[in-house]
Amino acid sequence: MSDKQTVSVTINGQTYTAECEPRLTLADFIRYTCGLTGTHVGCEHGVCGACTIIVDGRTARACLMLAVQADGSEITTVEGLADGTELNPLQQAFRENHGLQCGFCTPGMLMCATEFLEQNPNPTAEQVRECISGNLCRCTGYDSIVKSVLSAAEKARS
Amino acid sequence: MKPPPVKYARAGSVQEAVALLAEHGGDAKVLAGGQSLVPLMSFRLARPEILVDINRVDELSYIRQVGGSLEIGAMTRQRDVELSDVVAGAVPLLPLALHHVGHVTNRNRGTVGGSIAHADPASELPALVTGLAGELVIVGPDGARTVAAEDFFAGPFTTAIDEGELLAAVRLPQLPAGTGVAVEELARRHGDFAVVAVMAAVHLAADGTVDLVRLAASGVDSVPVRLHAAEAVLAGAASTAETIAAAAATVADSIHPTDDVHAPATYRREMAGLLVERAVAAAVERAEVKA
Repeated sequence: MSDKQTVSVTINGQTYTAECEPRLTLADFIRYTCGLTGTHVGCEHGVCGACTIIVDGRTARACLMLAVQADGSEITTVEGLADGTELNPLQQAFRENHGLQCGFCTPGMLMCATEFLEQNPNPTAEQVRECISGNLCRCTGYDSIVKSVLSAAEKARS
Repeated sequence: MKPPPVKYARAGSVQEAVALLAEHGGDAKVLAGGQSLVPLMSFRLARPEILVDINRVDELSYIRQVGGSLEIGAMTRQRDVELSDVVAGAVPLLPLALHHVGHVTNRNRGTVGGSIAHADPASELPALVTGLAGELVIVGPDGARTVAAEDFFAGPFTTAIDEGELLAAVRLPQLPAGTGVAVEELARRHGDFAVVAVMAAVHLAADGTVDLVRLAASGVDSVPVRLHAAEAVLAGAASTAETIAAAAATVADSIHPTDDVHAPATYRREMAGLLVERAVAAAVERAEVKA
């Protein structure tokens, strides 16, 4: 058995501390240890983008980080976007533009788009497509997702 | 939990990392950005006994100019390199190539050293380092040694890094001001592994002849390839479409692609020539001729 390690992280402003095996991915830590199931786990090997979260200000694939590596980090997950039941403008744009269907890819899409719009508040459709190129949507809703992100950007500018 | 059981040790310095690697030998694997190693562990293709995490070795995270070279610490995140003004000025081919490495989220975590040490023959950074005649700085129990890129890559996922050693930095010769650079990559989707990628850097003399040319390709051999024969055709010649085509025509004999699930060897060979033609033409177009 592997030696357990103590991990302490701040997720959406709340501190979580737990003992875990080194092989536990950050995605599983967030879902099972912290009970935050908004972060979805699809492929578990860095292809689908569903588990994308923000670690210390930058997006990361939670299935490609071990929980032990995140010790001391500040994390934002999809649960950290809304204010209670009040959707944030990006989430609202997804809702208004049919940016989701089954919702599986949505947390990853939202986290990638959050980082993207901070760095590029005035994007073209092509840049948005590149932003979400690492996130798979199997409802083939890419067009509506691009529209949603562009709409959120436009509203933020006006 | 998808990855196999593993022990974990966090190094705080190069010295600590090297000591941990010496202690555990072949049972240890260095964990940098984790964008290749963690998926390999999840597939159980890699089953190290212990991970030596170098993410908090701050002394391995830097970008600096030393003499005529750009030196980048192995733990430097690809995204930081991609956005660095120093890098854009010294080796403009590097941010261009990084744009093709996975997606922004991968580059946020992925490191320059990790990609090079992983030595995937399809990946961009090993090809770039080879094409630009870079050097790799490797540290071990007996200190540091420097290896030329063309001697560093020994085969697919195999390098000159010995057991107990750590890749510490990469050094790239600076490109002269006005050098035109281009990357042409064939991939199923942007950010996917390259089927074939070609990188070109061209500097033109005042009379329009080529006075510096560097060409590299990935996905076309068991190791990244510097295209010496194509460079030789272009060096000193006028940068005409005919010369560029003649250079591209040498490519098929300089590479040894193999068939795999993504593309047959014949296709890779043909595409490599075509991409060299395109990349050189684009680099020439972007090169500035001083009047």
